Amino acid sequence: MLYDQIAMNKRRTGYVMFGFGVLVLAIGAALGYLFWNSWVSGTVIAAVVAAVYMLIMISQSTNVVMSMNHAREIKDEQQAPQLWHLIEDMALVAQVPMPRVFIIDDASPNAFATGNDPKHAAVAVTTGIMDRLNREELEGVIGHEMSHVRNYDIRLQTIALALSAAIGLLVNFASNWFWWGGGRRRDDDRDSGGNVIGIVISILLIVLAPLAASIAQMALSRNREYLADASSVELTRNPQGLINALKKIDDSAPMKAADPNSSALYISDPFKKRQKFADLFATHPPIADRIARLEKM
Amino acid sequence: MVAIILIVIVVLLAVWYISAYNSLIRMRTHVQEAWSQIDVQLKRRNDLIPNLVSTTKGYANYEQSTLKKVVALRNQLTAVPADDHQQTMEVSNQLSTTLRSLFALSENYPDLKANTQFTQLMEELSNTENKIAYSRQLYNSSVANLTMKILSFPSNIVAKIHHFQESDYLKVPEEEKVAPKVNFDDFNQDK
Repeated sequence: MLYDQIAMNKRRTGYVMFGFGVLVLAIGAALGYLFWNSWVSGTVIAAVVAAVYMLIMISQSTNVVMSMNHAREIKDEQQAPQLWHLIEDMALVAQVPMPRVFIIDDASPNAFATGNDPKHAAVAVTTGIMDRLNREELEGVIGHEMSHVRNYDIRLQTIALALSAAIGLLVNFASNWFWWGGGRRRDDDRDSGGNVIGIVISILLIVLAPLAASIAQMALSRNREYLADASSVELTRNPQGLINALKKIDDSAPMKAADPNSSALYISDPFKKRQKFADLFATHPPIADRIARLEKM
Repeated sequence: MVAIILIVIVVLLAVWYISAYNSLIRMRTHVQEAWSQIDVQLKRRNDLIPNLVSTTKGYANYEQSTLKKVVALRNQLTAVPADDHQQTMEVSNQLSTTLRSLFALSENYPDLKANTQFTQLMEELSNTENKIAYSRQLYNSSVANLTMKILSFPSNIVAKIHHFQESDYLKVPEEEKVAPKVNFDDFNQDK
């Protein structure tokens, strides 16, 4: 079961990266053809840019995600003894190395994990969660996060986050260029070249936007959250702790420090979008559902 | 031709034998490592208890009898021979129970709870308690892996030749949380 999950996550990470690579190469080829009349040079430049971006993302993802969410790292257990000890405990039972520990100064209770693999993982919690939850409840939350680490959920989610952010950036850039640069060109010289570029860009936009969405969607499996809840209970042997924690997290104000692109990483939606049922595009299953499943155990 | 087949069979058998032996060794090492983790935590707790006594000294009426029992159990624990895992854990479990009731009783002493040294000590002690419980969980699961390997065919042949012995499970105290049954059937894979 667990190994299936790990294998599936690794496979999906491969798909996501492959899909992204193909997409970037296609864009490079199209742009190269348009501007220099040579699709080869466009493809080569795009390949170099994509490779550099992926390498940076893979080596720096933890730092990038943490700074996007205004998290600061703590290196000494005395800075937050209880949190540190609980993370040590959960790393011990989940049989993964001790991750890096981060704290986000935000009064809303929430937490997330990120990284490339269990050896390079990081867990972040808000000051709000440390203040409001007791030891047992916090243990449930940390157990949930360490399950994401052990299951390689963190790798898939972090890569998907990075890539869909990059596509989002491209789409923004292209649509701005289309409306301002492309638009002016159409007014100034009504040659066919401008129109072709305009058409190509709009086609790219049409193709790109749903692709970004589907990459994000792959990472946002709600089953993954249910599974991490169950794995957490398997580690702590205490469903009540996590149930109470989820109740407290549900009953609180939205986060201020969270980055919108990273919202899928959090244990509970940091922006508290209200939802009555598990709809297709929600990043998180409703907390009531998660509690109900935990209570059945 | 027959000679080649024979050689291949012998080589394959040797490879299997070596790998079975190595995995038995690895599993036995895991069990020993898990025990040493428990041992580290037991020692840590033994070191913390004198601090508990000295910190609560100023609070003359603080649960003297329970405290005395804690100290007595601690001394008993240090006297248990190091290789007697079962007895060590038995005394340790009693100590855990007594400490837990001491924690619960501390709720009645507001000025003690306001003492930062005391709250730090409480965090340290409950940390050690949890780590003992989790290391025991790990120990038992590595014992289970080793036992399975020793008993199941064909690795049991190798285990018998090299006298691998099953380790005993560590008993989990009664009052400790009973493991809830985690049912993963609800979590269908979306492949």
